[in-house]
Amino acid sequence: MGFDSTRRGFLGLGAMGAAALMTGANARAQGVATSARIVIIGAGAAGTALANRLIERLEGASITIIDPRREHLYQPGLSLVAAGLKPASYVVSQTADWLPSGVTLIAEKAAAIDPVAKTVATESGEVMAYDFLVVAPGLVLDHEAIEGFSLDMVGQNGIGALYGGPDHAARTWQAASKFAEEGGVGLFTRPATEMKCAGAPLKHTFLIEDIASRGGAAGKYEMHYAAPQPVLFSVPIVAEKVRMLFGERGIATHMGQKLKSIDPGRRIATFESSSTDASGAVSVTSSEMKWDYLHVIPPQRAPEVIRQSGLSWADKWTDQGWVECDMKTLRHLRYPEIFALGDVAGVPKGKTAASVKWQVPVVEDHLVAAIQGREGTQTYDGYTSCPMITRVGRAMLVEFDYHNNLVPSFPGLIAPLEELWISWLMKEVALKATYNAMLRGRA
Amino acid sequence: MQELTFTTLIAVLQEMFGSGLFWTLVVVAVLVTLAYLYVLLRDRAVSWRKFLWAQVAMPIGAVAAVVFVQTITSSGLRDIGGPIDVVVLLAVAAMGAIGAAILVYTLQSLLRPPLKPSGRR
Repeated sequence: MGFDSTRRGFLGLGAMGAAALMTGANARAQGVATSARIVIIGAGAAGTALANRLIERLEGASITIIDPRREHLYQPGLSLVAAGLKPASYVVSQTADWLPSGVTLIAEKAAAIDPVAKTVATESGEVMAYDFLVVAPGLVLDHEAIEGFSLDMVGQNGIGALYGGPDHAARTWQAASKFAEEGGVGLFTRPATEMKCAGAPLKHTFLIEDIASRGGAAGKYEMHYAAPQPVLFSVPIVAEKVRMLFGERGIATHMGQKLKSIDPGRRIATFESSSTDASGAVSVTSSEMKWDYLHVIPPQRAPEVIRQSGLSWADKWTDQGWVECDMKTLRHLRYPEIFALGDVAGVPKGKTAASVKWQVPVVEDHLVAAIQGREGTQTYDGYTSCPMITRVGRAMLVEFDYHNNLVPSFPGLIAPLEELWISWLMKEVALKATYNAMLRGRA
Repeated sequence: MQELTFTTLIAVLQEMFGSGLFWTLVVVAVLVTLAYLYVLLRDRAVSWRKFLWAQVAMPIGAVAAVVFVQTITSSGLRDIGGPIDVVVLLAVAAMGAIGAAILVYTLQSLLRPPLKPSGRR
């Protein structure tokens, strides 16, 4: 009797679960019928999330996504790999696994965009016409801009470069862990250009300092942070907090210093700093610093195809080529059927996955509205988030917008400028899950 | 975070554990709870002797839950940084304690049902 009732309970429960799943599938809103041809360049966080949402919203649209990369990278995890907290495989998955059926993936590089004829050509010469184009190819790392540096050096001679990808992040940890055991001079840099996740250079500095302070290097190391910018972070209130933390942790700062070249054999890095005197004349001075561990982050730019197709700003970021778009709607200012998403967008903030999470619904709204012949209503206000790791086990959940205002998700509960365990737990446990849910268009 | 709806939460939790493990955990939690309710209804009384053992299991469950969370997140007690962290720590411990108590009580009741059900004296 008892057994029976338990089994019946179990079966009932299973039926309930199945019913819940079915209603979930049936609850989908009726899609907007259209025969629009939509081309998305890039199957990274932005392109994939948008493709999954558009498939749900549209009925009959032809959606093509162009990206040669077989592997999808969970880039927020690279900082953890470079600190030995996660294996390289933690950030790697397959591009095709995230894409919904009904989307055509062309595993090639986009070679040319003609915004007047409204076509995209791939490397093999295939030409696709579009009604709407979403450019989300990410950005390129310009390693060659740093004289004497190449990616194959990572892991040797105390050189790290975690932006290079999962393997380079793992090799970065090889170099960094040696420093954390043996000590010496740690030198951490960042580029003069816009960059993805501007908090990452700081996180890496904090993490390696923390690990060194607990490791064999305790008491035998010094930390230096050198950056071309005048301040440590673009949001003033966060910059001040980081300045105080750097002070407490004994991390020396060298502002206005741009990494120009490195000499791996002698372990000497050369920096340039420019200053303007009263007459307006600019003078450039160079200085050298030695390292036992050096972290390199190269300048970052829009991919060649974007810069050559005339989509970039003509008067802003001219050396970087970000897409000229409205900062609220991400719509191209000269070609209304083109949208920019993610790293490539020429907006003042937001080269992070958190920004993408907020940008994608806005572009989706305006794109679907355009198909229906009306105006979209959603706007993006520059939201971005940075779980600023300050040590293994603690982070500050910093969230802000275009106006440098802090916009905490949990006001009164999780203080944005406090080093907290709960913020670390979020980064460690919830962030990748949220990211994956976003890729599937469900968060 | 833009909006935290129940469906978003379920989606995030599914990604965290993997869909299979997540629903397995949900089913296990529901089954243990149902089994607990079942033995309470069957026995029509709380057995204070069993409850005593369940209470003994509580601190063990609390510590186990905290150690589990700290291990999977490479963190420790020194990382407690503010009041909210203490709240989270206590919540994790409380969940571990209550879970262990319910589990131990239910297992005892299922394995060793009362000789004379209190209902028919």
